[in-house]
Amino acid sequence: MMRSTILSTATTAVFHTAVLFSLYLLFAGHNQPGGGFAGGLVAAAALVVRYVDGGSETVRSLVRIHPMTLLGSGLVLANVTGIGAWLFGGAFLESAKWQWDAPILGVVKTTSALFFDAGVYLVVVALVLMVLRTLGEEGEPS
Amino acid sequence: MSILVALPVVLPLLAAGLSLILHRHRLAQRILSTVSVSAVLVTAVVLTVLVDHRGPQAARLGDWPATIGVTLVADRFAAMVLSVSAAMVLAVLVYAIGSPMARDTAQHFHPVYLVLTAGVAMSFLTGDLFNLFVGFEVMLTASYVLMTLGADRAQVRAAMSYVVISLVASMLFLTAVALTYAATGTVNMADLASRLTAIDPAVRHALSLLFLVVFGIKAAIFPLFFWLPDSYPTAPTPVTAIFAGLLTKGGVYAIIRTQTLLFPSSGASRLLLTVAAATMLIGVLGAIAQNDVKRILSFHIVSQIGYMIFGLALFSAAGLAATIFYIGHHIVVKTTLFLVAGLIEEREGTAALDRLGGMVRRQPLLAGLFLLSGLSLAGIPPFSGFIAKLTLVQAGVAAGTDVVVAVSLVVSLLTLFSITKIWAGVFWGEPEDAGLQVRPHPSVALPRLMVVPTVALVAISVAIAANAGSLWALSERAAAGLIDTGPYLEAVLR
Repeated sequence: MMRSTILSTATTAVFHTAVLFSLYLLFAGHNQPGGGFAGGLVAAAALVVRYVDGGSETVRSLVRIHPMTLLGSGLVLANVTGIGAWLFGGAFLESAKWQWDAPILGVVKTTSALFFDAGVYLVVVALVLMVLRTLGEEGEPS
Repeated sequence: MSILVALPVVLPLLAAGLSLILHRHRLAQRILSTVSVSAVLVTAVVLTVLVDHRGPQAARLGDWPATIGVTLVADRFAAMVLSVSAAMVLAVLVYAIGSPMARDTAQHFHPVYLVLTAGVAMSFLTGDLFNLFVGFEVMLTASYVLMTLGADRAQVRAAMSYVVISLVASMLFLTAVALTYAATGTVNMADLASRLTAIDPAVRHALSLLFLVVFGIKAAIFPLFFWLPDSYPTAPTPVTAIFAGLLTKGGVYAIIRTQTLLFPSSGASRLLLTVAAATMLIGVLGAIAQNDVKRILSFHIVSQIGYMIFGLALFSAAGLAATIFYIGHHIVVKTTLFLVAGLIEEREGTAALDRLGGMVRRQPLLAGLFLLSGLSLAGIPPFSGFIAKLTLVQAGVAAGTDVVVAVSLVVSLLTLFSITKIWAGVFWGEPEDAGLQVRPHPSVALPRLMVVPTVALVAISVAIAANAGSLWALSERAAAGLIDTGPYLEAVLR
């Protein structure tokens, strides 16, 4: 396969920024636009750019975990967040809130809903990885 | 308390996640699925007993007030249908583990099957319209995958029309939910019950009809049933069995829930009566014209849905109780028949009537299982189908709907006719077309994991007939809960 130099250079420049932005969306999601789904989509889009540039091998070497494992982990994480609230005597999916002073950032507010969002993030990324893998595979002779 | 209501949805989803992580360990996946589905069954049964004694129970997710957040509600009707469904999900799971199809596609089958379970539970337990949409979508998305497992040409073609028709129904559903929200400002069903009485009756009727069409497509009622006999028979047998038992019943459940809670009618509905009669008749006529066991049974689903709509259309306590009893009986018997059809196919390599014959000598157990559930489907005493149809006919006569009652009796007779057609084609005689016959392998016994759940389901169906008295009383209490919605509203809005 012929690789385009322009695309390769642009991909290298864009990829890390996009992943960082996706993480920003994930953390900002609770009170601002963003969240696990939007963040996951941005990260997935970054992976798609890598796929267009280098094919499924590049994506494979980038994310070594099997997409199904990743998908399952996301689903489990989101569920456990919901169940966790039961253990503390709350309703399913009830959110807890913590506040602490971080050294540089100042006062940081964290909610347990963040873990749910992280689960969603993983599910979205894993789903796109799965599509990329399947599209990149040779068709089995029928 | 609220934990119990949410558990049937949460457990299978959690198990689906774990099952995906364990995708390389077949045995672990099997144990996980079986354990979690069994847990759902136990929860559902406990829930049924609980709501029967203490009235409807509600769970507020995230502890948001009912009208803002997501509410799950279990009343007698929901808990009963959920219990029967969970039993079917477990039986078909064991059957699928034993069948060759699931062996080849196991790592995908288990997680998706668990997601389907969660979707079914969510559709039955949800307390608001939008979440009903979500529940249906979860169920349908899983069903798209299950239907195309193995991905041969006929499956993909049939799944195509299934996916398209389901998406059209989903679009209509979403539109209906949006219109309801625009008209009333809420999607919580308990809240809607009071707010819908305050809006323009014309808008109310339009919404009622829109929901009827949406759920009518999912439930496969006349004239919206055409997709069902086309798509169901091509899927792998365990998948067809669970679809036949549960998916259309999700639609019927939603019709009953919305028509009784949101759009209650004081007397029998002429529209629903007509639809019911047409569905019964067209379905069974389609079945008679078919020449393949699975296709005949698929048309029977349509015909049987008509009976359930008939009971609802009467809008009387007796009619609704008969419908609830009928749904319980039908889910069990229909699933069993498809499992038996799968065993026939597994054994002889085909389900076409003209290639089969004489199985009563080679497989007396299989013949017995088919006969018991087939006669129950047709409504022959003393099986559960007889009690279900008898109560339905009594309710119909009491409401003065003699024409529909007559239709339902004729349809019963025709159902019996098409069951005997399968019997004569598969179990008696010799194959008509000897040249086409696939040679059976007499030395290979049927997989025990496939036979045991089938026998268990026939036993459940017989148990339903044997305990008809107490189950009928429970159905009557459930029907009373659908008519007097006070306790339901109180549980949600308190």
